[in-house]
Amino acid sequence: MLTKRLIACFDIIGGRVTKAVQFQDNIDVAPAEELAKSMYDAGIDELIFYDITASSEKRSIDIETVKKVAKNVFIPFTVGGGLKSLADMYEALKAGAEKVSVDSMAVRNPDIIYQGAKAFGSQCVVLSTQVKKTNKTTSGYEVFIDGARLATGMDAVEWIKRGESLGAGEICLNSIDKDGTLSGYDLELMRLAESSVNIPLIASGGGGTPEHLKTLFTETQAQAAIISSMLYSPRLKRNFPVSEIKKYLKENGVCVRPPKAY
Amino acid sequence: MIKIINYKAGNAPSVMHAVNKLGYSAEFAFKSEDLLSASHIILPGVGSAKATIESLNELNLINTLEEMVLAKKVPFLGICVGLQILFERSEEDDADCLGWLKGKVVKFDSKKVRVPQMGWNKVSFVKQTPAFASDDYFYFVNSYYAVPEDKTDVWGAADYGGAFTAAIQRGNIFATQFHAEKSGEAGLSLLNNFLKLTREDL
Repeated sequence: MLTKRLIACFDIIGGRVTKAVQFQDNIDVAPAEELAKSMYDAGIDELIFYDITASSEKRSIDIETVKKVAKNVFIPFTVGGGLKSLADMYEALKAGAEKVSVDSMAVRNPDIIYQGAKAFGSQCVVLSTQVKKTNKTTSGYEVFIDGARLATGMDAVEWIKRGESLGAGEICLNSIDKDGTLSGYDLELMRLAESSVNIPLIASGGGGTPEHLKTLFTETQAQAAIISSMLYSPRLKRNFPVSEIKKYLKENGVCVRPPKAY
Repeated sequence: MIKIINYKAGNAPSVMHAVNKLGYSAEFAFKSEDLLSASHIILPGVGSAKATIESLNELNLINTLEEMVLAKKVPFLGICVGLQILFERSEEDDADCLGWLKGKVVKFDSKKVRVPQMGWNKVSFVKQTPAFASDDYFYFVNSYYAVPEDKTDVWGAADYGGAFTAAIQRGNIFATQFHAEKSGEAGLSLLNNFLKLTREDL
């Protein structure tokens, strides 16, 4: 049986992992390759890196960091931020990433999803999107871009359906309302999404405790969850090791990969 | 020398990292001559069966590959699409494949499960082969899976809306539908056991 995936998410600035709350006030945590290796050793299922300043600094993604991580981490990882073209995607994949995540750039140029899927396969293309509750769209959620700063007026559910039809292999939905609140995932958003697309869904935003993951995985069809704060945020009084999270999930009937499977 | 076939859209660099981590040196193979001195051949794969076959054709690799694997019996490991193209046909783009093994490649039923399958699934190894593998969780990314005609070709099985072939083996031909190079210590261990094989083991 396919297990639920825990994906550690790193916001990278200058090769180092940082932690923000609602897209602001980043504080420094650790060098990316060190934290990636320690999460790998601890039994995390997957990693995702966002080069969060690549777009605003108008440069392409930090390939050196991707390469360093790929040498020591033998689980899938995704990179996003600053990917503007097929050539950028190819550089990231060549450096050892399995998947590329597209977000604001795909809103501006949806064809990149189709082009990426055609060139590298759908499984390589993750459509990440930042969404916020609204009364302006049919689904009740609106897509934001540029670090959740710019409203697009686009309906979130229409956008992910379009992403699926263009060839995205996976959708990562980040709730702006929940991001950084540590109050649990947006279950309503996930339920809306699961009835709208058939590709795997990743929930992001709001995960603060193992219990939030249990609720997500038992009450929605999300196949994976982004976790970051609960793993390593220095702002929290208590971080949870991967093994403790997985033990809790297993005891509560969620199928997970055992942290020490060997 | 271990040779990793490097073609457009394959994830050969990830396989190289894993092989190096295990303490082996290896070289990428870009053209048929590169395969001639191979002690082991790994064919990584991402993308579609059709695109993979086309890339191998463009690089003019298929004849030499068949000579090395089918005639000279060099240990061979196909990964993901590198497993699928060993069969006769793939439903994906209705592609003609290598046909080293009898059978076809079919799609998961999207009415029953989300497609692609993406994540860690438990593999049960159903026969002993010269490369040891123990039941464990491995990382899959696939919409299609192989249905071998000869069930003795099945090395490992997993479940996704029903049982499917997760690994195959026949003589010196080994292949995994999962990404052994991205399946943590379980994957590295399987890869290591393949790389330890000598022709005398087979």
